[in-house]
Amino acid sequence: MTARDTLFASIRQSLGVTGNEPARRATVAERLRNHPRGVIPGRGQLPPAERAKLFVQMVEAANGSADVLASVDAIPSAVAALLRKHNLPMQARRGDDPRLAALPWDRERQLEITTGASDGHQLVSISHAFAGVAETGTLVMASGPDNPTTLNFLPDTHIVVVDAKDIAGDYETVWQRVRESFGIEHLPRAINMITGPSRSADIAQILILGAHGPRRLHVLVVGSP
Amino acid sequence: MSSAAHLTSPAFKENAREALADPQLQRSMHGIETGIVDRRRATVARLPEFEALRNSARDIKNHTLAYLDLYLEKFEERCKAAGGHVHYAVTAEEARTTVLDICRSANASLVTKGKSMIGEEIAINDFLEENGITPIETDLGEYLVQIRHELPSHIIMPAVHLTKEQIEADFRRVHTHLPADRNLVEPQTLLTEARVILRERFLAADVGITGANFLVAETGTSIIVTNEGNGDLTQTLPRVHIVLASIEKVVPTLDDVAQFLRLLARSATAQEMSVYTTFSTGPRREGDPDGPNEYHVIILDNGRTAMLGGQFREMLRCIRCGACMNHCPVYAAVGGHTYGWVYPGPMGAVLTPSIVGIENSAHLPNASTFCGRCEEVCPVKIPLPKLMRHWREREFERHLSPAAVRYGLGAWGFLATRPKFYAFAMSLFVFGLGLLGKIAGRFRWLPLAGSWTRHRDFPAPQVQTFQAQWRRRVKTR
Repeated sequence: MTARDTLFASIRQSLGVTGNEPARRATVAERLRNHPRGVIPGRGQLPPAERAKLFVQMVEAANGSADVLASVDAIPSAVAALLRKHNLPMQARRGDDPRLAALPWDRERQLEITTGASDGHQLVSISHAFAGVAETGTLVMASGPDNPTTLNFLPDTHIVVVDAKDIAGDYETVWQRVRESFGIEHLPRAINMITGPSRSADIAQILILGAHGPRRLHVLVVGSP
Repeated sequence: MSSAAHLTSPAFKENAREALADPQLQRSMHGIETGIVDRRRATVARLPEFEALRNSARDIKNHTLAYLDLYLEKFEERCKAAGGHVHYAVTAEEARTTVLDICRSANASLVTKGKSMIGEEIAINDFLEENGITPIETDLGEYLVQIRHELPSHIIMPAVHLTKEQIEADFRRVHTHLPADRNLVEPQTLLTEARVILRERFLAADVGITGANFLVAETGTSIIVTNEGNGDLTQTLPRVHIVLASIEKVVPTLDDVAQFLRLLARSATAQEMSVYTTFSTGPRREGDPDGPNEYHVIILDNGRTAMLGGQFREMLRCIRCGACMNHCPVYAAVGGHTYGWVYPGPMGAVLTPSIVGIENSAHLPNASTFCGRCEEVCPVKIPLPKLMRHWREREFERHLSPAAVRYGLGAWGFLATRPKFYAFAMSLFVFGLGLLGKIAGRFRWLPLAGSWTRHRDFPAPQVQTFQAQWRRRVKTR
């Protein structure tokens, strides 16, 4: 018997089942098909404008910062302003996401934008979020050829663009969009939920920002919700 | 090597005595009661649906456990379809061998590790080292206990037993390539030093090993929840990612996961949400600029299938938040190392005997006042005191309890099942004790209770037994 056989046999012995009961299989298939939603907090169930406002509040409560921009054209200057404010070199790395590639980067002459994954030598990265969740100020990032995962973790400063229309009240709404966009059987390799900058309280329970991931998380909420 | 290497649970009493006399430990443990407990209460109060979420999460786990074989099958099917490998291990030994085989076929010499309690349970670090592979813990707390050659003292805050000064001394001892006169007074400086040292390791590692907070059946996904980002660097940068999980980590759907995420961070660290919650499904895809080339999930039993069929099934709902130990007066007094193995506190008092045997851990379910705070805060409503009581019963049945306890309980049983004799004996006892203690009103020492009266006085009985007073009250009404 393989370890797999032994393990499944033990489970079935403990449950007093064979694994072939049609009723059990039907119950499981039904649950997977219907994926019922459980308890959803009222907190995020707001009209779009208030939802976006709550999102920004919760990002800030999680030690992130945010700008609200009327149009995507304002992104390059918002990035440049952030770098100047923190005395950072005017360089940033982004993925090939068409939503970022289409921006008027040349309006900021001093800003040098490179593309691709991070090898650990970039101080600043720019990513586009798949969605935001107002409930907790959480960004949802989907990996793919145009959206390297390393940009979320290696640079010191992470700038994330989120379309105000993509801010949901709760996680479940985002899962529904994941089901529609990718199909539940074709999830991106990595989906990263990010709530604020990296932190640790492992030294004498004192909270310090910037453990292994970014020390600074800046969110650009763009467009009308 | 058994899975119970480093086990000192049989020496709980000696461990506790040492812990109570250790001023540094006592200083560190004080922070739990004054910090995390209050912050959790405030965070929970901000979410009116918290109680409803607890019920929801309990029900999801109960459902999943009842259909565990089928959800695991589904997980395996989806994980494989995404290009992942699924391995099963009945014992800790099998899990270790599987990890080593994967590392060897990847020609690995350096392995980075995210925090994994299963990794601690199977003592994977020692095993890899014995086989010429260097494992590096990357969670700051785990890194600290690794360089001190200790077990974690808490399942969420592994180094909660250490003071800042101890950490500074350890860094000076281990990071000898750095200037000896560097300033390490600020916690921020300590963190930055660890960040720089571990950053090199992340980029150089061949294999990354993480745990899993959840496995999702419908998608074949493994999930880790972290604050530092170390787990993500561990699983994104190396060529091979190994996930160490156990059978009870599986939940049916992404919607089910959302219920648990709302409970986990609030219960564990009093956060609304942990910083990084990462859903990994298979290895790097075609065209992906990063991510591992191989993705392996090892699913461990190690005593859990037996729990599924017995009195301890409810323990398999545990999501490892640590709230039970944060709220345990015994844990706060003696610290995690006193429990003598990987899982301390109330959850450890139930889980450890299931894994290492009650004969090796009988003190743990006895190290509780049954105050019930653990059950009150448990996000999945595990009746921890009831489960500890089950272990006490088994310990008694198997004649593992000390002779004094057995004779004491026997005498008590004799009395308690003979009401008239009990009332007579108690009235004599109370009368006698009342006479003896009449002058001082209290006893500074009592025979057979010396260790109790060493720390406090026993008040002298006032007049009569409770039962006698009750009878008189009923009559005069």
